[in-house]
Amino acid sequence: MGNPSLITIENLRFERDDTTVVNCDHLHLDAGDILQVEGPNGSGKTTLLRLLTTALQPCEGTILYCGKSIIECRLEYLSDILFIGHQSAVKLSLTAEENLAWMAMSQLDSSSVLNALESLGLAGYTDIPCYKLSAGQKRRVALARLLISDARIWYLDEPFTAIDREGVKLLERCMKDHVSSGGAVVVSTHQDLDLKGVRHYPILGESLLRACS
Amino acid sequence: MNWTWFYRLGSPLWFYQMTTRWLPWLSLLAFVLLTTGLVWGLGFAPQDAKQGNSFRIIYLHVPASFLALAGYFLMATAGAIGLIWKMKLSYMIMKSAAPIGAALTFLALFTGAVWGKPTWGSYWVWDARITSMLILLFLYFGVLALQYAFHNEESGNKASAVLALVGTVNIPIIYKSVDWWYTLHQPSTIKLTSAPSMHPDMFHPLLVMILGFYCFYVVALCLFTRVEILRRERKTAWVGELAARSSNAVEGAKQ
Amino acid sequence: MRSHASNGFCAYLRRDLRLSHRRLGEAASPLIFFIMVSTLVPLGITPDPASLALVASGIIWVFALLATMLSANDLFTGDYQDGSLEQLLISPQVLVMPVLGKVTAHWLVTGLPLTIVSPLLGLMLSLPEAGYFPMMASLALGTACLSLLGAVGAALTVSLQKGGMLLALVVMPLYMPVIIFGGATVQYGIDGLAWTGPLAILGAMLAAAIALCPLAIAGVLRLTSIN
Repeated sequence: MGNPSLITIENLRFERDDTTVVNCDHLHLDAGDILQVEGPNGSGKTTLLRLLTTALQPCEGTILYCGKSIIECRLEYLSDILFIGHQSAVKLSLTAEENLAWMAMSQLDSSSVLNALESLGLAGYTDIPCYKLSAGQKRRVALARLLISDARIWYLDEPFTAIDREGVKLLERCMKDHVSSGGAVVVSTHQDLDLKGVRHYPILGESLLRACS
Repeated sequence: MNWTWFYRLGSPLWFYQMTTRWLPWLSLLAFVLLTTGLVWGLGFAPQDAKQGNSFRIIYLHVPASFLALAGYFLMATAGAIGLIWKMKLSYMIMKSAAPIGAALTFLALFTGAVWGKPTWGSYWVWDARITSMLILLFLYFGVLALQYAFHNEESGNKASAVLALVGTVNIPIIYKSVDWWYTLHQPSTIKLTSAPSMHPDMFHPLLVMILGFYCFYVVALCLFTRVEILRRERKTAWVGELAARSSNAVEGAKQ
Repeated sequence: MRSHASNGFCAYLRRDLRLSHRRLGEAASPLIFFIMVSTLVPLGITPDPASLALVASGIIWVFALLATMLSANDLFTGDYQDGSLEQLLISPQVLVMPVLGKVTAHWLVTGLPLTIVSPLLGLMLSLPEAGYFPMMASLALGTACLSLLGAVGAALTVSLQKGGMLLALVVMPLYMPVIIFGGATVQYGIDGLAWTGPLAILGAMLAAAIALCPLAIAGVLRLTSIN
């Protein structure tokens, strides 16, 4: 046995009102992996990501982080992950800069916040309230978190929603940089990623997650 | 220590089978106790010196109030067990206890009002105990409303379990504050620590009635829980067999 | 993110205050409601100062309670809808402190302003003079209790689309001890009795609520808000 994987899922099962929503026998994620979770609507992609972020607790099974259960090393694990969900957690009455500074939740200097926003093409929009931004721009504000975070594992739930073609390219480059520096990404999307070495995990109709990489 | 008995308690099938066996006996016991208590209390206990015959409503009022409060604690305990050990059966018991408790609280309030008319000259008085009872009814309403507001049954269970627990912490505070707010009420007639101030001839039938109400409560709770079990476990094999058997029995009876 | 764990309280307090500041109209509505609804009393009952003086303390307390309760509904819904609540749940910190920060912010924008304008209402409803100070003291402590209890209800109903009415149903019984001692403090003050007694009990309730409510809120948010 070598080093344990970054994330190992064993026999994970989640039920909601007696229907199995997530059923995942085995899944692992190593440093440098990009894992694309695919499946039809309602197949449990978001639920799987929520189980991985501990927002939901599984009915059965375990998720291991570097060989330790994520329940045991919860705080350590949570400070190593970054989750961007359907809802972008952008507060409409705050400016883009304030939003990002808040999401970064640390004593980041404002120049790195501004840099992150600029590299996502939001230069000139940083000091106006977010309700004046378009849907795609709001999405970009949320995604700017990726540039300033030092989390090892990214969980991205449908990150390409409302993003234009250029934005998609930008995001793909972010993901590539992240994994080449030893991180890992789990992304749920229907879009084909223009990246090398993406592993696919299709979730089939009956919420069965099967590996076919 | 061996905990298997505890987990077996959590099995709906086990509960269903046990209650099938014991329910007839318990129902019989409840029936006998309630009949004895009612006949004894209404027919043979002596009249009250001041209130005459109208005091006899305590044979319904007092047991109903007892059970209304005890039922709330039972509901909260079942909710706590559900939250801690994730036991499905205990949520089902909690869910069943809420409407029964609310009905008993209403009965206690109703009999209190009927009793109030000849005693105080008015159906409704803002007496401390009546007010506390009314607040208890509101607490029950809150739990019931919350339970059914969620589309997702599990969230509903968890939310109402937490609310029941929060209510339990609050009940002593509510009772004490209402007591403080209005001290103009009859002193407690039954105290567990001291001898009853009631005449024994009046008190004994009341004791029988209280026991009878406890049995009746358990019977009602089991019946409600059994319905809930069948509804929740309708997809399992054993409920399917049970349904097939009972429909066969109906067919057989027709022929 | 880790450095943030210790000051989750301040961070959320500051952010919620800033959000209220950006939407002042919305933030001021409980206060305006409190003032407006009080004018209904003379219209509905009587403008006679002597009669109003009898009921003024209770009315002010009831309206303060309603204003706090109506605004408690928004305590978590905004965060729930835009996904901030989920981010909070998975942030590497103890949930209790951010929750307490949010509730404190809620009290600062509802309970505290209500306390400050209450003498104005006392004036309009001819509250006897001896009642003013007890009223402000009891409102200051009592509305904090109400914010904490209301937050429990808000957490319970956050994932429901129309939680407002249900929130009222759920928290109203829990509010009753607060209004009993709040109203009593003012009445004692008017009657020239030692009103610090009931006020001390309000303080005790607040202490208990500060200790227990954030735990309940954190638990409820974890259990029911995401599914």
